[in-house]
Amino acid sequence: MNNKYMNPYLAGFLLGIVLLMAFFFSGRGLGASGAVKSALVYGMDKVAPTHTVENAYFGHYVADDANPLNNWLVYEILGVIVGGFLSGALSRRLKLKIEHFPGISSKRRLVFALIGGVLFGFGSQLGRGCTSGSALTGMAVLSVGGFVTMAAIFGTAFAGAYFFRKNWIG
Amino acid sequence: MGPLVPNEVIGANWNFLIAFVIGIGFGFVLEQAGFSSSRKLAGMFYGYDTVVLKVFFTGAITAMLGLLFFSLFGWINLNLVYVNPTYLWSAIIGGVIMGVGFIAGGFCPGTSICAAAIGKIDAMIFIGGIFLGVFIFGEGFPLWEKLYYAMDLGAPKLNQVLGISGGFFAFLVIIAAAIMFWVGEWAEKKFPREEY
Repeated sequence: MNNKYMNPYLAGFLLGIVLLMAFFFSGRGLGASGAVKSALVYGMDKVAPTHTVENAYFGHYVADDANPLNNWLVYEILGVIVGGFLSGALSRRLKLKIEHFPGISSKRRLVFALIGGVLFGFGSQLGRGCTSGSALTGMAVLSVGGFVTMAAIFGTAFAGAYFFRKNWIG
Repeated sequence: MGPLVPNEVIGANWNFLIAFVIGIGFGFVLEQAGFSSSRKLAGMFYGYDTVVLKVFFTGAITAMLGLLFFSLFGWINLNLVYVNPTYLWSAIIGGVIMGVGFIAGGFCPGTSICAAAIGKIDAMIFIGGIFLGVFIFGEGFPLWEKLYYAMDLGAPKLNQVLGISGGFFAFLVIIAAAIMFWVGEWAEKKFPREEY
C-alpha cells in the first residue's frame, strides 16, 4: 500500500460508514474518552476499592462488583489500537518518535501534550463525551448537545490558535 | 430490523465482538486519513492542512444521511438509537476546555490512541494526560457537580428545536459543509505547508 494519506473526503465517507454501522448494529455511536474512564476506574478499583466505590462520579461503575471493562467502548478502543496499527504497518508508518514542529524541542512538545491530555480528559467528562462520542456521534443523531460541543471545541481551538502558534507554526 | 443488537436480531453476547470490529474500522480510517499526526490535526487551526474539517464533516454527514435513509427504508428504528442528552452549560464549558486541550496537545482522545498505536510518543503522553484529567474530574466531582447537571434539556434534536424536518436539516448541514470545504481548499492554497 501507498504511504501517502488517503483522500480526506474518501476517508470521511468511510468514517461515516463505520459510524453508521455502529448505529445499525449496536444502536450507538463511536467514542474514545469513555474507554479511558473505564480503564481508570478498573485500575482505581484494584488499588483502592473502598475509595472508588464511594466516589460520587466513579462509584456506580464498580457498584455490585461490576467490572468497568465490560463496556462497549473498551472493546471498540481495543479495535482502534489494532486498526490503527494495521494501517500504520500497511503504509509503513510504524515508528517510535516524538512528532513536533521543528521550531520547538521534544521536551516542550511532551509538556504541551500532557497539558492538552489533562484538559481533554477533564473536558470530556464535563461535556459527556469527546470529539468522537459527543461531537461526531452527537451531530450524526442531530443532538443539540452534539452540535453545541462541536462548536465549542472547534471554536475555542480556532480562537486559541494564536496563543499556541509558537508550538505549531513558529 | 435495526439496530440489530437492541432489537435482539443479534444476541447481546455478540455486541462486544461487534464493538471490536467496528473499532478496527474506526482506527484504520483515522490512521489512513492522517489523524495519527498532531501536526496534521493542528494544521486545521492555522489553515495549512484542513483534513480534520473534511474528514470530520464528511463523516458526520455520511452517517447522518445514512441514518435518515435507513429510517426511511424501515431498516432502522431511530427510537432505539441513543441520542446524546443535552446539558447546555456542561456541553459548552466542557467543549471550551477540550478546545484548549486540542490546540495545546494536538490530539483528541480517539486520534491520540490511534497515533500511539503507530508509535507516537507524544500521543502516549497525551493519553497519560487524559487519564489524569478524568481522575481529577472524578475526584473533585462535588466541586463541579452543579455545573455538570445544569440546564438539563433532555435529549432534543436540533431540527426539532428549529421546527424543521430531519431531511431538510441534513440538507442545510450539507450546504454549510460544502461552503466550509471550499474555504478549507482555499486556505490550504493560501497557507503553504512543508512536508512532515
